[in-house]
Amino acid sequence: MTPAKSDLPQGTLDLLILKVIALGPVHGYAIAQRLEQVSRGVVQVPEGSLYPALHRLENRGLLAADWKETETGREAKFYRLTRKGRRQLDAEAASWQRLIDAIGLILGIADGGTP
Amino acid sequence: MTWWRRLWWRSQMEAHLEKELRFHIDQHSEQLMARGLAPDKARRQARLGLGGPEQVKEKCRDARGTRWLEDLLQDFRYALRTFRQRPGFAAIALLTLALGIGATTVMFAVINGVLLRPLSYPEPHRLVTLHGFTEEFGEFWGFSNPDFRDAKREIRSLAMAAWTYGGGTISKPGEPEYVDGRKISADLFSTLGIAPLYGRAFRPDEDQPGTAPVAIISYGLWQRDFGGDPAAIGKSLIFEGAPYAVVGVAPPGFQLSGEAEVFTPLGQATDPRMQNREARFIHLIARLRPSVALPKAQAELMLMGRHLAEQYPKSNAGLSMLAHPLQQELVGDVRSTLWLLLSAVGLVLLIACVNIASLLLARAVSRERELAMRVALGAGRGRLARQCLTESAVLGFAGGLLGVLLATISVRPFVAFWPGALPRAEEVHLDWRVLVFAIGASLFSGLLFGLAPALRVPARGLESALRVGARSIAGSSRRLHSAFVVSEIALAVVLLVAAGMLGRSLLSLSSLDPGVNVRNVLTARFALSPGAVANPEQIRAAWQDVLDRARRVPGVESVALADIIPMREGENSLGYWTTPTPPPPNQAPIALASSVTPDYLKVMGIPLRYGRFFTDHDRMGSEMVIVVDENLAQHAFGTKDVVGKRIWIPEMGAAPIEIVGVVGHVRHWGLAADDQSRVRDQIYYPFAQVPAPLLHFFSSVMSIAVRTTIPPLDIVEPLRRELRGAGGDQAMYEERTMEQLVNASLARQRFLLLLFGIFAGLALLLACIGIYGVLAYLTGQRVPEIGVRMALGASARDVLWLVLRQGLALIFAGVGAGTLAALAVGRLLPSLVSGMQPTDVSTFAITIPVLVAAALLASFVPARRASRADPTCALRQD
Repeated sequence: MTPAKSDLPQGTLDLLILKVIALGPVHGYAIAQRLEQVSRGVVQVPEGSLYPALHRLENRGLLAADWKETETGREAKFYRLTRKGRRQLDAEAASWQRLIDAIGLILGIADGGTP
Repeated sequence: MTWWRRLWWRSQMEAHLEKELRFHIDQHSEQLMARGLAPDKARRQARLGLGGPEQVKEKCRDARGTRWLEDLLQDFRYALRTFRQRPGFAAIALLTLALGIGATTVMFAVINGVLLRPLSYPEPHRLVTLHGFTEEFGEFWGFSNPDFRDAKREIRSLAMAAWTYGGGTISKPGEPEYVDGRKISADLFSTLGIAPLYGRAFRPDEDQPGTAPVAIISYGLWQRDFGGDPAAIGKSLIFEGAPYAVVGVAPPGFQLSGEAEVFTPLGQATDPRMQNREARFIHLIARLRPSVALPKAQAELMLMGRHLAEQYPKSNAGLSMLAHPLQQELVGDVRSTLWLLLSAVGLVLLIACVNIASLLLARAVSRERELAMRVALGAGRGRLARQCLTESAVLGFAGGLLGVLLATISVRPFVAFWPGALPRAEEVHLDWRVLVFAIGASLFSGLLFGLAPALRVPARGLESALRVGARSIAGSSRRLHSAFVVSEIALAVVLLVAAGMLGRSLLSLSSLDPGVNVRNVLTARFALSPGAVANPEQIRAAWQDVLDRARRVPGVESVALADIIPMREGENSLGYWTTPTPPPPNQAPIALASSVTPDYLKVMGIPLRYGRFFTDHDRMGSEMVIVVDENLAQHAFGTKDVVGKRIWIPEMGAAPIEIVGVVGHVRHWGLAADDQSRVRDQIYYPFAQVPAPLLHFFSSVMSIAVRTTIPPLDIVEPLRRELRGAGGDQAMYEERTMEQLVNASLARQRFLLLLFGIFAGLALLLACIGIYGVLAYLTGQRVPEIGVRMALGASARDVLWLVLRQGLALIFAGVGAGTLAALAVGRLLPSLVSGMQPTDVSTFAITIPVLVAAALLASFVPARRASRADPTCALRQD
């Protein structure tokens, strides 16, 4: 059975990208793949929005990029988190967590995940 | 960053983006191929998965913050390039814009300096000026000294100060010269919130009769006569024959209704007017005390007025006091003129914008296929619109820059050119407000003429735009182009009709009879030797001497003295009545009264209607006599011949005075303004019968009038030399010929006519350029069609008519719309300019044919060109 796909809520794409990159320098294609794998296909990056998001984050100074060789010997642009990016990730993750908790409380779902 | 580095940086950025995306697609397609997809299919799917490489690239460029800047630079360079390709178009557009924006900026600079900038005193909004008011005569500026002293003592919400005119002759230091002066109350400077540059203001104890004479001198006088030396304080100044101790120097540029050189304490004045509650010759300025609002002060003034009316019913019944912001008072009636001119200039600018808009639109239409192609290739519609707007903004800004330059050069000459004195003229500068206005005007203009082409960037119907040839597109902008031409012509009609109205009014005003024979008359103010005015006999003898000496000057035909001169500043109004019982206080009819010598009628050339004028036998001791004008006769007695009748003039005593003659009416208030003035009755009385106590004061306001047999200005120097007097300290000043005074009374109308004439001419020219440009363009687009028509047998005449018909339709639509607008403006104008006559058919009948003829001429050129087109060439085009 294929799980139902969800649209990303507004503003979460940046957060997810930051989280993926936080694990270590990674190029764009890998980010797309990892997002899809980790979310087990539930989360799909909207077509054509990954790279503009990367460029925007880089422009805001949350990401930095270096051209490095991949395992296959090709040159790719590897993104890594800047210090500012890490702070942003922590702040956004915390606020996201608070939101989930609050919504969970309202819906009557305890922290454990069962009603 | 240098240009090449920026370019290098940009191209590297592009290369990196390209490389990054290619890497993604390669990886993806490799993976898909690994799953067994055919290479080309895998590649296609990878590209789709990314969302189209070109679109993603565009979004990435957008995501980089500097995107707009890059675009702007690109568009800017593109705009410059296109303008370079068509330097003629760019030059014409720039020139029109620069003229339009320059003229508008100059007008705004004047409005800003005169109307908008606060007065240069601290807390200027708290300064007010006080006016008197009665039911019958409306508002007037004057107060009597006793009323001022009472109000100043009683009124809590205002700090009040007073001033009045008081010039005189300075005989030491320096050459004897007559200077303007002001008598001011001690606290005038502190009320205005300014301090003297050096020394001090008057002390309250100096503002009283019998105290030591002190004076404050103007900055100019200090520079001129005291060499700008601070040690001038404490020195002595001989003013009106008496020594004054200089206690202060006024700050430079200080004005009280014009500049003055000497300020003396008002309270030291001893003339009888100071104690007379009916002598209203004092100007009042006041400052609202802290935390008092104008309405509260107003209420207190009303109360004070009522209080004084109860206490002194004879002089003050029905008289109340009003307060107005000082700025309003200073500016006076210039306000309407200024806004009128700004609107006229704005109309010209609008026409210029419409012109440029239609030129730009024509270009945009011919580029339609190019634009459609670019949209098809992925250019955003917003991006293209932005490019169009950048182009017009560049044009607007460049035009604005040139315009500001033009305004900087021309604002001073314009102010100097203003008829009479423009109030606050020294405050007209190009300050930041004017710059903001100019930038705003340029941006607005740019937006205005850039909008139409920008909005034409194709959105839908791309295929049809791409598929069809230029032929069918041509018609699509026709409606907009026509609208441009129609509105241009309509605006030009409004300006032309306004100019026509002004011209016609000026013509009919100039042909009015001023009531005096203005040819060969010289008038001048005159100050007797300060030593000659000690007692009434001396004063009379001194004036007689002036008359005798003046008569001896070659070229002088006759000489007279008068306290007021027609159409010059200065007046003296007296109440009068025709029955022994006086009317209620402040309700008597009022007449303009002038005190003259017997030859006055001869000098001025005023016609004698009935009876006689004064002779040397009408003197002190003989029976009091007066002469009235036909207006007073008609108004007071209902008939013209009123010789032998008597009227009562309280200011001249309780006894009735006999009218010995009736003369023609003189337009004292100016050719234009006299009909609407409040006081139109006129009285003349002999200077020889002015009572002794008033003589000293009268002596200070008398002028000399001379009828000459040679051009009157040639006589100024000999006359001045002859009248210097025994002590060499008598001064003649403010020499004017009657012709100059009459002309000056129409200066405002003439000035407006000149400017409106220029504006209307510009509008006409621009509208003609506009109609020529549009018709030439539209006809050019129709060349193939015309070719077909000619091939089918149309003659050159038919083609000519075909194009002319199109032009005519536009012209008449514009004239129609313009006529309606002009009618509305025609109602407005008479309320703004005195002496303006309402619109009539003849104004339209004269101005509109001019416009139609010019516009037809403009449309004839393209029509003729079309009619001469070679059908084979025409058919082959495109």
